[in-house]
Amino acid sequence: MTSVTSGTALNKKPGKVLVYRHSLAVRITHWLNVLCLSVLLMSGLQIFNAHPHLYWGQYGADALPDPAFVSIEAYADGDSMKGVTTIGSFQFTTTGVLGASKVDGELTPRAFPQWLTIPSYQDLGTGRRWHFFFAWFFVINGFVYMLYGLVSRHFRRDLLPTKVELTPSHLAHEIADHARLRFPKGEKARRYNSLQKLAYIGVGFIFLPLMVLTGLTMSPGFNAIFPWLLDVFGGRQSARTIHFFIASLVVAFVIVHVAMVLLSGVWNNMRSMITGYYALKPDADKETNP
Amino acid sequence: MSINLTRRRFLIGSGIAATSALTGCDALVQSPSVNSVLEKGEWLSMNTQRLLLGNQRLAREYSEADLSPVFKANGTQMPETDVYKQLLDSNFTNWRLQVDGMVKTAKSFSMADLKAMPSRTQITRHDCVEGWSAIGKWTGVPLGLVLEKVGLAPGARYAVFYCADDYEQSLDGSGLYYESIDLVDAWHPQTILSYGMNGKDLEIAHGAPLRLRVERQLGYKHAKYLMRIELVDSFRNIGSGKGGFWEDRGYEWYAGI
Repeated sequence: MTSVTSGTALNKKPGKVLVYRHSLAVRITHWLNVLCLSVLLMSGLQIFNAHPHLYWGQYGADALPDPAFVSIEAYADGDSMKGVTTIGSFQFTTTGVLGASKVDGELTPRAFPQWLTIPSYQDLGTGRRWHFFFAWFFVINGFVYMLYGLVSRHFRRDLLPTKVELTPSHLAHEIADHARLRFPKGEKARRYNSLQKLAYIGVGFIFLPLMVLTGLTMSPGFNAIFPWLLDVFGGRQSARTIHFFIASLVVAFVIVHVAMVLLSGVWNNMRSMITGYYALKPDADKETNP
Repeated sequence: MSINLTRRRFLIGSGIAATSALTGCDALVQSPSVNSVLEKGEWLSMNTQRLLLGNQRLAREYSEADLSPVFKANGTQMPETDVYKQLLDSNFTNWRLQVDGMVKTAKSFSMADLKAMPSRTQITRHDCVEGWSAIGKWTGVPLGLVLEKVGLAPGARYAVFYCADDYEQSLDGSGLYYESIDLVDAWHPQTILSYGMNGKDLEIAHGAPLRLRVERQLGYKHAKYLMRIELVDSFRNIGSGKGGFWEDRGYEWYAGI
């Protein structure tokens, strides 16, 4: 993976070494994925807004006595309204963001606010059109990435953790370093650290495929094609709930991912995901070595 | 080279980036050329599903134990049209289902005619486009048997269902509910004209006297309060030309997803 382009001076004095970190295929599929996931999230929240309740099982509707364990609704509050998010038996007032938020300056009942949905106004049909188009785009892009990763041995070489990396002591050490925002430098930054590897594997091979499968399980057409998907996820409404929760986990990953990009050298990281080249900084901080 | 961002600066920065990316989103949403590209997604979904479905794969059927305790009624729950009110006054005794268009012999069926034909009972899940689901037991005559009685004329491609409910109340009838399916779904064994639900006559809120069940598609395809079925080669000249009430309002004609 790493072709050193200006590394002859490496042993004489500490200096910057540019390594080729991300292949063209990884860079393109990464940025297309950013586009797809952004649109999928925002159009998905538009779709959620059409029925802001989550259930478990084969069926579930806002007709008693179907129990919803998550609801994001607006309640009358004197002359105005308040947004209330219900999770199990807990209720939170979330006015302004969840349940009720401003539309043209006026508090309006909507689960997720305008600035988080495509389109910004309530329009389920359009939200679905965007969601399904970008779902196809996402699946095809993901397929290209998977094929490339297998054929080029990118997964085995760069993502598969070694035995040593999976030992509790090694992981504990990396977690402690991450928590103190100490990131690997020098030769150790040449490869992904084990937390990165585990996070990328978790998202790419577990979360995102589950998003596709739970999404398909909500399709009555696909239910007739692959009825076993209903059994795997415990029903269409369970699949819808899992779809929502995994989407939340993907959002959590993206927040941490972007934070790490910003905190561990934003220009270097951005350059490497745009041009492919990543600068290895001299490792002056020897005391962090294990 | 690297900027050491504090947590706060980093949070503020990402907030600004997010809001500036948003402006212009709705302009894209409303652009006809963007929409015509996005509609390719529906084409892809339909053709993929049809390829994998073959013609006859069945939607899952459930057991009595799986029935929803309360089946949510949605859309029109009491049609306001004069036609429907008159039918209701006579307890639907004057109701007839007209089947015409590109058929060999146009016919009309009374409820007794339909009930005299072989029936099918199926416990299936009804999935609303909004996201909820309910499981109900439906009894009715397979649409295919009705189509056999009238015989299809060459060139017939779609069955269009005209309903008695004015969902978006209008003076010119443009709000009358209608739907259409193609012949793949029309001949599907679970596609039935349902007059019974959960062991009783179909309730008004659920589409009495007769509604369509087309089990591999979303709820809005399951037209209620059926009055007439027309066989056509194209639905371009019906309503706003998209093949149904909700289709005319931006929803997919193929509602298998």
